[in-house]
Amino acid sequence: MAGNWLPAAKLTGSGRPVLEPGEVECSLLSSADLLSEENPNFPHLKSGLLILTTHRLIWVQESSTTSPPIAVFIPLSGVTHIFPLKKSIKSMFASPRFRFQASLKGTMVVITLIFRGKSDIDSFLEKFWEAWRRKGWEDGVVKSGPEASGSGHVSGGNGGFAVRMPVVGVAGILRKEQEMWENTDKSLQDAFQDLNALMGKAKEMVILAERMRTKLLSGSTSQATGTNDEEIGTKEEMQELLLSVGIVSPVTKESAGALYHQQLSRQLADFVKIPLERSGGMINLIDIYCLFNRARGTELISPDDLLRACSLWEKFDVPVMLRKFDSDVMVIQSKSHSDDEVFTRIRSLVTTPDTLRAGITASDAAMTLGIAPAMAKEHLLAAEAKGLLCRDVSPDGFRFFVNLLQEIDADDIFLVKEYGIYHTWIKAISAAR
Amino acid sequence: MQKLGEFKLPNFFHYPPYFTLQPVRETREKQIQLWKELIIDFCRTQKVFVIGLEEHFPLFSNPAIERSLSHEAREAFLSALVSDGRAEWMDKDHRKCLILWHRIQDWADLIVNFVKEYGLDDSVMTVEEIRSGTESRGTELHGVDRTVLVRALKLLEHKGKLAIFKGTSADDEGVKFSL
Repeated sequence: MAGNWLPAAKLTGSGRPVLEPGEVECSLLSSADLLSEENPNFPHLKSGLLILTTHRLIWVQESSTTSPPIAVFIPLSGVTHIFPLKKSIKSMFASPRFRFQASLKGTMVVITLIFRGKSDIDSFLEKFWEAWRRKGWEDGVVKSGPEASGSGHVSGGNGGFAVRMPVVGVAGILRKEQEMWENTDKSLQDAFQDLNALMGKAKEMVILAERMRTKLLSGSTSQATGTNDEEIGTKEEMQELLLSVGIVSPVTKESAGALYHQQLSRQLADFVKIPLERSGGMINLIDIYCLFNRARGTELISPDDLLRACSLWEKFDVPVMLRKFDSDVMVIQSKSHSDDEVFTRIRSLVTTPDTLRAGITASDAAMTLGIAPAMAKEHLLAAEAKGLLCRDVSPDGFRFFVNLLQEIDADDIFLVKEYGIYHTWIKAISAAR
Repeated sequence: MQKLGEFKLPNFFHYPPYFTLQPVRETREKQIQLWKELIIDFCRTQKVFVIGLEEHFPLFSNPAIERSLSHEAREAFLSALVSDGRAEWMDKDHRKCLILWHRIQDWADLIVNFVKEYGLDDSVMTVEEIRSGTESRGTELHGVDRTVLVRALKLLEHKGKLAIFKGTSADDEGVKFSL
């Protein structure tokens, strides 16, 4: 329905818009309607989240019964005219309406926005004007510009091939004036050109970083066996640095206002995907706090904000969840993460001849599983609670052993079956003695 | 496998977690069950009737793996026996525990069988004689704990199968069987 008029906006798994390169979010407003009063064919989009970026105006369905929710956008480049907000007695009682004209697929349409929420409309409109006037979407298009126009200026600047007109009469004086004008204009332009060139270079740097990262990624998989450990180490470090380049458009209190925690929560859900994959489906809240803030650069969030963002996940359809262990340790885990997989790994860990005899500590498990000791301990305790492990507390420390008790027959305590883990364990301890 | 005197120890006696009271309910129940069986088995074969929690008891530590039971664990395992009716606390502070691998009723039946077998009906014996006399040698009654024996005799007296009376010496009592 909406697709006929408005292009669909891509959303991330957590329902946040996928931004184009260089696109930054400016402001958000909740419960806004989008319609065209003159054109009855135009869909009436009711009560959605309005996201203003430097490139687009995105409307996302708020109370979504469908998954994924309907999302459409109007490119700011298509906006041809913005009508001022009417201030009348009537508008004091009705929801404020705001109109602008845009060309959508070749047709001029006057689009009306109705703001039903009690949000700060004036500041939103101000930002709308600003974004429209700044033409942020053109920055991306001119990407290859500096080089092309730069070389053009060189040939024009020395003027070696241009035919000089003789300076004669009033016309000559006028032309000379004109030339002087043009020269100052040119040097001014050059100055700005430098700035643009700098910006262009910055973009190139980002592209270079991206390219290096992909190259490193492909390199480490294809020739991992050929290179020595140190090299792999530096490569991984490098990757790490490049990966955490940052979040281009962090959700801030300023841009999101009342929707801050909700939007932060969604952005966080998108962000944790990669670190989660690397840490095997579960990651400490503290680690995510550090990673997330590093990626945000200057727009730091407080631990409290993080916790609130995580607790909001319950309400959204996101693939991650906050989990609190019995010991109050909090972690983020993907919903697809299964404890069974971890338990299988722990089981194989405690059934080697050495560990059968001596058991394992949390730090042993941390090293083998490649996770933090605190996390390893949580896994071990969970495995214990499942009856997979038994604990041994002695002056030597706190160790875990594979649970043999369940296999022993209480009616005949001397019976040893010729199979099973109890039998294996007896062989392991008698071999060591 | 290691032995405690004449007693053969099960393999799991060398499993370190066996000596730590397990916090997980299901595992703990199994652990308690295994301890109950081991204690009863040991006491029956070694004729141990009383376990003092603060005294040395060979089962409660394994020097080979340097593990021993905490006081809490000892009390937990013995309490489990008590609630099964296979042991009794001898004091309020739970410092001494009477192990009944036969219940008092079973001990009483053993006495009745012994009296029938040896034709002791209508005759008189002292309590000490039943415990360590020549007649009881070779039976399970030989070497039985005095407390246990007196309890069983009292039970039989209550049923009218015998009469207990003060003997000649102050510290011994006579028993007259009348099955």
